[in-house]
Amino acid sequence: MSARSNILNKLRTGLAGSIPRPDDFDERLVTEPWQYAPEDRITRLRNLMEAVHTEIHQVSSDNWPDKVAEILAARNLSNLLHAPATAHGQKLAEYWPKSGSSAQLLAYDRPVEEWKEELFWEVDASITGTVGAIAATGSLVLWPDRHEPRLMSLLPPLHIALLKASQIEDNLYAMMQRQNWSAGLPTNLLLVSGPSKTADIEQVLAYGAHGPKELVVLILEDV
Amino acid sequence: MSERIPVTELTDGFRDRAEVALADGQLRTNFRTAMDSLMKKRADAFPDEEEREGLRELGNRIKARALSRLPDLLEQLEAKLTDNGVKVHWAETTEQANEIVHGIIQARQGSQVVKGKSMVSEEMEMNDYLAERGVECLESDMGEYIVQLDGEKPSHIIMPAIHKNRSQVSKLFHDKLGVEETDDVNELIQIGRRTLRRKFMEADVGVSGVNFAIAETGTLLLVENEGNGRMSTTAPPVHIAVTGIEKVVENLRDVVPLLSLLTRSALGQPITTYVNMISGPRKADELDGPEEVHLVLLDNGRSGAFADAQMRQTLNCIRCGACMNHCPVYTRVGGHTYGEVYPGPIGKIITPHMVGLHQVPDHPSASSLCGACGDVCPVKIPIPELLQRLRQENVKSPAEGAKVKDGGAKYSRKERLVWRFWRTLNSSPVLYRLFLWGATRFRKLTPKNVGPWTENHTAPVPAKRSLHDLAREHLARNGGQ
Repeated sequence: MSARSNILNKLRTGLAGSIPRPDDFDERLVTEPWQYAPEDRITRLRNLMEAVHTEIHQVSSDNWPDKVAEILAARNLSNLLHAPATAHGQKLAEYWPKSGSSAQLLAYDRPVEEWKEELFWEVDASITGTVGAIAATGSLVLWPDRHEPRLMSLLPPLHIALLKASQIEDNLYAMMQRQNWSAGLPTNLLLVSGPSKTADIEQVLAYGAHGPKELVVLILEDV
Repeated sequence: MSERIPVTELTDGFRDRAEVALADGQLRTNFRTAMDSLMKKRADAFPDEEEREGLRELGNRIKARALSRLPDLLEQLEAKLTDNGVKVHWAETTEQANEIVHGIIQARQGSQVVKGKSMVSEEMEMNDYLAERGVECLESDMGEYIVQLDGEKPSHIIMPAIHKNRSQVSKLFHDKLGVEETDDVNELIQIGRRTLRRKFMEADVGVSGVNFAIAETGTLLLVENEGNGRMSTTAPPVHIAVTGIEKVVENLRDVVPLLSLLTRSALGQPITTYVNMISGPRKADELDGPEEVHLVLLDNGRSGAFADAQMRQTLNCIRCGACMNHCPVYTRVGGHTYGEVYPGPIGKIITPHMVGLHQVPDHPSASSLCGACGDVCPVKIPIPELLQRLRQENVKSPAEGAKVKDGGAKYSRKERLVWRFWRTLNSSPVLYRLFLWGATRFRKLTPKNVGPWTENHTAPVPAKRSLHDLAREHLARNGGQ
């Protein structure tokens, strides 16, 4: 007998004669306390994310690349990783020569194995999109794919995320329903709620544990 | 500096270790400070009692529902994960689980493993198993890294290095990594970051735990704050997740309340910095992510707890650590005293199923039964009730048949006889009166030493007159009033 059948047999013996409990999930418990007027969602998100050291800017949908250039210049960073095949990546690439920024625009356009060392040690910042955010917990929702790989939002010390104001949902449950997550998920869906942090030493909060030391969110005003 | 108690060197039982821990002022201060703060954070995270209780009730129902269909859900999870390209393995024992993990590493000719935080891998003692076979397995959670560097085991399931203060960590980094000593926690974390980042880049395999495995979508959900979980599951070419069979939930939506209960109960956070939902390896056209993802499902005594409808509630646990943070015993003796992977109240009810009551005979009694653990448990595990049940199992005679692994570990014929005598004495009015008469008259003959009681207390001496006598006299004097 395999371990699999032994385990399953033992569990089935333990359940003999019992009936499965009904699915009485009460969605009100995870939605009603976490609802906000549309105009309050950004405020709630800002408050929660800023409380954990996230920098947030509300910018217009047209000239957000200006803000990106400004953020890099303020920190004197020398490069920015972007996803060239995404709409926002293309917009950034188109704009970049005109920005006057001295930071070099890097493209994540080849497998990680071909430039792992560089990705780990030499990239200063990255910019990715999001598929929305959750006001209740102050979380961004990232949906990495072939165009915008997983490590983009993890390796560089500064991560800049673009968020459309219209895509901020009240709570996680509403987000799952709206985007129909149960129909199919990416290889690694992520909720990101601030820069990397730890409190493992004396519970003293320290930022920049393994992931980005800084998270900047640009909320694009599209509503 | 007071003496530390590395768990790996301890051979004595809970009582002896508790003596050492209670005498260690530094250790007690470190724990007390941390636990007071964690209790406050949890309280602040649940300001609305009605909301909290409604959510706990829902969490309990979700876990009970999942357990009522556990074998079916495990099969569904396996089928979904397989469709997604994840290879699923089953292990009855920790030895089998270690063999599976080692086999996967060998197939890739790997020699370096980075591990995100995983209590199941602690159960497996995976680091030692792999080290004996020439594979370096490095902990990447800062707390776990600190305890590993010091040759210790975690003392808390959420905050593994909570028993150490910053100067202890600073000295450790100085001794082991050759860096300057510093009292700046930020600097200490940056030292850890630099050291571990290279390891993330070079590792052949990343290992992680699982907080919830979702049968509906074939998804492994992992919460963390540091990014080490993301690193371990994304940067190396192979990701191996290890988890207990009880972590499966039925639907994606089930994790919404569980996630909220977990992070608020554990650290008082509305959510952790990162919530990873991993549903498969790198697709053919993707540029990063592991080429292979494996899941190892471990039993290790869980099916034994499952077989008993009352003890099955133990498997509701979502590993938040709130019961430890609120336990007056844990707070005073610390996690290492328990000598096992899971300390505190949850450890006392889960460990007997893993290692047997013979290994941990004192665990069910190491509780004041104050009820705090049951009151704070986010999935409403009735821990005090289960501890009482384990105490009964602990003293069962071999003839009664053990219902928990190695039950009857504390069975004593002498104790049984004493209790039988006591019952007879208290159920026969004649004998009881005779005993009272003797106890009050010959009170001076009471022994001065009555075992463990007199180690910390004055020996009890019967009163000159029994309460019955006094009451009778009072009533006679006051005309029956």
